[in-house]
Amino acid sequence: MNERPLISAQNLSVHYALRGNLIGPKPYVAAVENVSIEIAAGSFFGLVGESGSGKTTLGRAMLRAAPITKGDVLFEDGEVSYSLKNLGKKELKDYRKRAQLIFQDPYAALSPRMTVRDIIAEPLEVMGLTKSRTETDERVREIASKCRLNVEHLRRFPHAFSGGQRQRISIARALVSGPKFIVADESVAALDVSIQADVLNLLKAIQQEMGLTFLFISHDLSVVAHVCDHVAVMYLGRLVETAPTRALFSNPRHPYTKALLSAIPSLDPDDRGKAQKLEGEIPSPTNPPPGCKFQTRCPKAIDRCRVEEPFLESAGTEHFVACHRWKELSV
Amino acid sequence: MSRLIDVENLTLQFDTDEGRITAIDNVSFNLEAGEIMGLVGESGSGKSVTAKSLMKLNPRNAIYGTDTKITLHLDDGPIDVMSLQNNAEMKVVRGGAISLIFQEPMASFAPAISIGDQMVEQLMIHTDFSKAQSKELSIEMLDRVGISDPSTRFGQYAFELSGGMRQRAMIAMALSTKPKLLIADEPTTALDVTIQAQVIDLMKDLVSEFGMGIIFITHDLGVIAQTADKVAVMYLGRLVEQGTVRDVIRRPAHPYTRGLLAALPKLDDIDAPLTPIPGDIPSPLERPPGCVYNTRCQEVDGPQCAVKIPGFAQVREGHTAACHLYGPTEGKT
Repeated sequence: MNERPLISAQNLSVHYALRGNLIGPKPYVAAVENVSIEIAAGSFFGLVGESGSGKTTLGRAMLRAAPITKGDVLFEDGEVSYSLKNLGKKELKDYRKRAQLIFQDPYAALSPRMTVRDIIAEPLEVMGLTKSRTETDERVREIASKCRLNVEHLRRFPHAFSGGQRQRISIARALVSGPKFIVADESVAALDVSIQADVLNLLKAIQQEMGLTFLFISHDLSVVAHVCDHVAVMYLGRLVETAPTRALFSNPRHPYTKALLSAIPSLDPDDRGKAQKLEGEIPSPTNPPPGCKFQTRCPKAIDRCRVEEPFLESAGTEHFVACHRWKELSV
Repeated sequence: MSRLIDVENLTLQFDTDEGRITAIDNVSFNLEAGEIMGLVGESGSGKSVTAKSLMKLNPRNAIYGTDTKITLHLDDGPIDVMSLQNNAEMKVVRGGAISLIFQEPMASFAPAISIGDQMVEQLMIHTDFSKAQSKELSIEMLDRVGISDPSTRFGQYAFELSGGMRQRAMIAMALSTKPKLLIADEPTTALDVTIQAQVIDLMKDLVSEFGMGIIFITHDLGVIAQTADKVAVMYLGRLVEQGTVRDVIRRPAHPYTRGLLAALPKLDDIDAPLTPIPGDIPSPLERPPGCVYNTRCQEVDGPQCAVKIPGFAQVREGHTAACHLYGPTEGKT
């Protein structure tokens, strides 16, 4: 794996304005607050967290599809070098070609009125990447067969395809412009397990074959454990822990990561009652608690956690954790 | 334990513009009081339709098989569900003896009626309680499922509650009429894992407290392993395997169950490759002849698979599977 980051978020914050009073400071909600991550070229980077943790917003900010309030996202693929905060119109258009998104729901993401060929060809036509229809067709057929779609079926409409096949069409559409960086947002969450494994294997194969870099957003830790080489855990807009996959799963440091791992229902019926239970729910981001954002649910919280917000500190090779007590808790 | 429900030869077809679709094909199972049965299957396997059929909650184009028999054993004697004709007769069963919890609690509460009014309404229909008594019991139930400040929540609307809270309120509502059987259709699928763990715990507590039976429908085998006593696996409208949760998960007998377990990403072995089941679930309009799983089966490829429907055979005590690996055919092709 190449160690140079392809894309990195640097102290990135995404704030959305809320309706407020005429006087006084403008209220806002911090969907992402002061997050820094580096995604190495060729990496399959997992981003996990519960709903409301800001993982989708972070993914979108890295595609310049969400506003960057503070900090920046740097993209550097050897050909171009962009600061996403200060992209001109022309550069943004070029960046769209280099960074793409695969959506969650393969039923909602494909227009029912377009043939599969037209769906996959649309990015090429919009971006003006091909010169003739023959060239477009050739490119579509090539990418479709890479995604294991039957090229004989390109003239059909999406309704004729199953969920797994539709997701392969979505993948083909994302790949057709030749991107370097792909954000896959819950891309297998809507699929049945027997199909999910197939799509995951396809994503991995394509990544290796085409040398792509993935940001894989998921709430399903067992899926992330299987496909990602690096994982970041988010809670209420903050990054709480990031580590190589093996380190994170064998040696989680943050109490939230531990609770999340323990809450996954085990396949062993004899594990009943062993799960460590978290009380309560994720607080509303419009009214976040002071200090550590996890303190309201953390079983290990002390007075310091309720006042002072922890920052990421090193807990091993490429392993970072934001917790005041991680050291004493891991003894 | 006493028998709660017997389902025999449940067959259900729908008349549609595209032809007659078989949604459930000859499904039989039973449940004891105080028992949790997991009903597992992928989308389109017929698990939700099966659950709804127990209350005859089907659209008008539904046609039941002639030898379908569903018997609910209540304190006042057995009820033959198939013989109930109209909504008035069905009242004993729907919301009375059987309650249903849906997957998406936001969609199952009426948005413009307060949670409390909806709870009181169904209590007034199914019990002899006065309005004041109904309110009192509703608030007590909300408290029981772990909702803080229940008397305030009672007056709130569904949108004012978080996802986990809504599902708790749904459970409180479903249990307030003291049903004998609770059908939970993917009750935790829309929830985050930490909240899912809370809701599963809550449901297990309530079963042991009220002694009801639960049919727990889910596609998540992990959830089944942590909740159910026994498991029934469905594929394309047919049951393919039944047994205790330990047997089915540790020693799966049907190739489909084995395929499902192999396709599941496991946390204790993150380097193991994921093995998908090849192909897709066939459309119900194109049900394969013979064993419904024969188009995707990797293990058995006998001449009989595409011709004869395998019947249930005993694999071990209390564990059955419908596969030609184990024996008899069902007698029809």
